[in-house]
Amino acid sequence: MQNEQTPLMQLKDINMHFKKPGLQLGSKNIHVLKDVNLDIYPGEIVAVIGESGCGKTTLGKIITGLFRPTSGEIWFDGKKVSGLFDKKINSYAQIQFIQQDSYAALNPVRTIYQSLYAPIKTMHRKWKKSQIDERIEELMSLIGLQPSEQFLTKYPHQLSGGQRQRILMARAISLDPKLIVADEPVSMIDVSLRLSLLNLMKELNAKLNMSFVYISHDLSTTRYIASSGRVCVMYLGEIVESGNIGDVIQTPRHPYTRALIQAVPIPDPRFKGEGKLPLKSMGVGSLESRTQGCAFEERCLYSCEKCFGSVKYVQTETASVLCNNLEAVPSHPIYKTD
Amino acid sequence: MTENIVTIRNVSIDYPLRKYTLRAVTNLSMDIKRGKITALVGESGSGKTTLSSSLIRCISEPGKVAEGEIVFYDTTDEGEKEIRVNELSEKEIRQFRWAKISMVFQAAQSALNPVMTVRQQLYETMTEHGLTLSKEQMEERCKELLGYVQLDSERVLNSYPHELSGGMKQRVMIAFALLLDPQLVILDEPTTALDVITQSYIFQLLKKINEEKHISMLLMTHDISVVARFADYIGVMYGGRLMEYGTVDEVFEKRRHPYTEGLIGATPSIIGDIGQMKPIEGSPPNLLDMPSGCVFHPRCPYCQEACMQEEPQTYQLQGGATCKCHLRRE
Repeated sequence: MQNEQTPLMQLKDINMHFKKPGLQLGSKNIHVLKDVNLDIYPGEIVAVIGESGCGKTTLGKIITGLFRPTSGEIWFDGKKVSGLFDKKINSYAQIQFIQQDSYAALNPVRTIYQSLYAPIKTMHRKWKKSQIDERIEELMSLIGLQPSEQFLTKYPHQLSGGQRQRILMARAISLDPKLIVADEPVSMIDVSLRLSLLNLMKELNAKLNMSFVYISHDLSTTRYIASSGRVCVMYLGEIVESGNIGDVIQTPRHPYTRALIQAVPIPDPRFKGEGKLPLKSMGVGSLESRTQGCAFEERCLYSCEKCFGSVKYVQTETASVLCNNLEAVPSHPIYKTD
Repeated sequence: MTENIVTIRNVSIDYPLRKYTLRAVTNLSMDIKRGKITALVGESGSGKTTLSSSLIRCISEPGKVAEGEIVFYDTTDEGEKEIRVNELSEKEIRQFRWAKISMVFQAAQSALNPVMTVRQQLYETMTEHGLTLSKEQMEERCKELLGYVQLDSERVLNSYPHELSGGMKQRVMIAFALLLDPQLVILDEPTTALDVITQSYIFQLLKKINEEKHISMLLMTHDISVVARFADYIGVMYGGRLMEYGTVDEVFEKRRHPYTEGLIGATPSIIGDIGQMKPIEGSPPNLLDMPSGCVFHPRCPYCQEACMQEEPQTYQLQGGATCKCHLRRE
């Protein structure tokens, strides 16, 4: 592991509560994230995986500073910070966000040039126009949209989804951030174009040594982009398993991860899967009825009395797993690879 | 009984616009096998939704079938009847839709009426289609179906759509599609907005329906991995044309058409070597300005002189498979 390095960003015991809307009496806050700890090292790709409603986007917004956590500490570059507006780090320039919906993320009445120009001008007040133009030209060649004049004068609706997503990437890297959070960046892109976008992200990661947090529900694309990185599997606001992505996919240890990986279809008819998933029920539990015990208990095939007490992380050879009854969970690989 | 439940012959579908006519589907022929799950794979704009809605004559305005014939082979207790979908009158098609071919729409959220409970909507569908059932019988039918899709019928029947989760709504839609005992169910991206675990449950359910009730299915998707796991036959669409058709095992093994090959090679998987995956270069064709010759030639790594000039015909191969490529006709 990369323990000698200091982490770029550290999240320590992050908790996030949302107020339930409405004026009902006795309404409880919803506990969306529970004791999340995450270290992100420079130049690393960390993937966050989970079903919708598991809190992965909330985590992304806390990392980018759009939300302030209810409790817990965020350390960035060795300094304790409190959010996006913290003057200590000028975090606009350090952490950037790539959104899922590229159409909604770009201003429809501005040209691409204007959308790229504005953030650079805001951060570098003294730069001349020619300097900024040069920078934009450089960005356009990095993301592979050439000749750039053809794209810069256009409006977002005149570009395809893949091209817009590339523009978002250019905008995100335009201020040389140290960390980029990408929230489902390819889920709305056609299959044949996905891979080239993922390749672009890998390339930017390697060339510019930027750390990426890749948030997704799709394990296949995650494995592709973070091929040697780490993955954190989230379930109802908790990280239930984290480790090297190759190990986690091959021999998942948490019962939830095992079900998740069995559910992923493989583009090869020879692997039809085992049919029934190792789960008790299909519905996701509710965030409102959080108890002290394991959140996955009600769906888990291997639950026992131990699961009602507070749950602790177990360090296995390859991963860190949040489970009290890990001995009972099978540990053979899901797919035999030859 | 005929082997095919629907045959599509030389169908072209046009959308007349103000200045041009957009041809979304061009001269397409395909069979949908009875009792099987046939999948249509294609990216957005490949014409798969247009084609499937033409089976129940639900193409969104101003689209219409310009050429060709769609025949549905109806099997009832009295025997077999050919129904030509395009020749039905307005009144006949209203009865035909849902009773013979029903559809599970892509966005289950917007397919249900937000101001009616699930019970009201199910009842309405039955009465509109002239089923003479008493209230008790209707109630029983609803409960049976919702139980079949593993929903708690007591709760769901009294719910409005916003009270249900995405996976539950999708299962309500499946129950809807089964309501009138159709012979074919069209599934238009039934799990796109859902999580992998929910997706897996929905497909297990659909497979069970297919096996137990012998209902044929036409599955539209852009996700080739789903096809590999659940379908029996596969048709690959590109630019409004059917590029390749065959059994799933054969198509995945032989990968005859360069587009199929590219598509499988561009789909990340959780097993196997990542290094071998590569994207398909270029971008999907503009339907208003189609390339000459083979529509895939600008992106094809094997492109030759003939591909740029002449559009390949659909070559019939052994075992009922087809491939629309100059170079792969064996």
